[in-house]
Amino acid sequence: MKYVVSFGRFWWDFVVGDDWRAAAGVVLAIGATAALAAAGVAVWWTMPLAVALVLYVTLRRASAP
Amino acid sequence: MTAGVFLVLSAFLASAVEMVEALTIVLASGIARGWRSSLIGMAAAVLALAVIVAALGPALTVVPLNALRLVVGGLLLTFGLQWLRKAILRASGFKALHDEDAIFAQELEEARTAERLERGGVDWYGFTLSFKGVLLEGLEVAFIVITFGSTQGSIPLAAVGAAAALVLVAGVGVAVRAPLARVPENTLKFAVGVMLTTFGIFWSTEGAGGSWPGSDAALFGVLAFVIALSALLVAVLRRRKRERFVAAGARA
Repeated sequence: MKYVVSFGRFWWDFVVGDDWRAAAGVVLAIGATAALAAAGVAVWWTMPLAVALVLYVTLRRASAP
Repeated sequence: MTAGVFLVLSAFLASAVEMVEALTIVLASGIARGWRSSLIGMAAAVLALAVIVAALGPALTVVPLNALRLVVGGLLLTFGLQWLRKAILRASGFKALHDEDAIFAQELEEARTAERLERGGVDWYGFTLSFKGVLLEGLEVAFIVITFGSTQGSIPLAAVGAAAALVLVAGVGVAVRAPLARVPENTLKFAVGVMLTTFGIFWSTEGAGGSWPGSDAALFGVLAFVIALSALLVAVLRRRKRERFVAAGARA
């Protein structure tokens, strides 16, 4: 059991990192981009906008007193 | 062509940064516990990484390109944001700079004081330290080479970038036999974060069904956007740090 937990923790740290909100933001942004693209909207701007928002939010939290 | 240049450059930079860190661990292990165990550990880790690349590389080539770009783009973006987040925090003074000399001294001290346990003429601590260091640092390189390569349809091109970094870092490491503390590692990490985020934005958009104005040339636009965004966030955080410092001084 200990090894399973360590294995899971390693992959969590490897993929998700210090702030899970950043990874969750990426998943949400990709979902929204796919939905807009399927509706025929030009979506080249959505991911850059999402990255700006996610970075701002995660850095704001990390630099909070 | 544009994506090919980015591909080699990104694989080279990411590999160089990770290999500098792996070299520090192997050096500490070699000096404190003996070179035989350290080099066997390093060779075993390189072999394990080669098996991972050989197994995953061809498997990824059968995945439909758009699905691959969606998943790889998303993963690169989470990786890129992790790198970029740390780099921005370091550049603005909210996180300590990565210092290979300090890490080397700490690894060396821990390796010197650890108990000696020999199996088959190999010091187990030295082997494990070296193996884990190279495997963990190399895993990210392997991932970048496989995903960049398969998404751009050229794993060998990404491997060229990684191999060039390996030759350079190993060559300099053998020559100086000391941690490569003069490599501008924090700047390189910033550059890698920017590259990974750029590719992540580009591919996840294409994988999600979108298309870029100007096709591959849009990579330059995305790159410029990520650089400008990072510079802006560093400036904002530096200002916040300064204001907090002034406020603390006024209270004292």
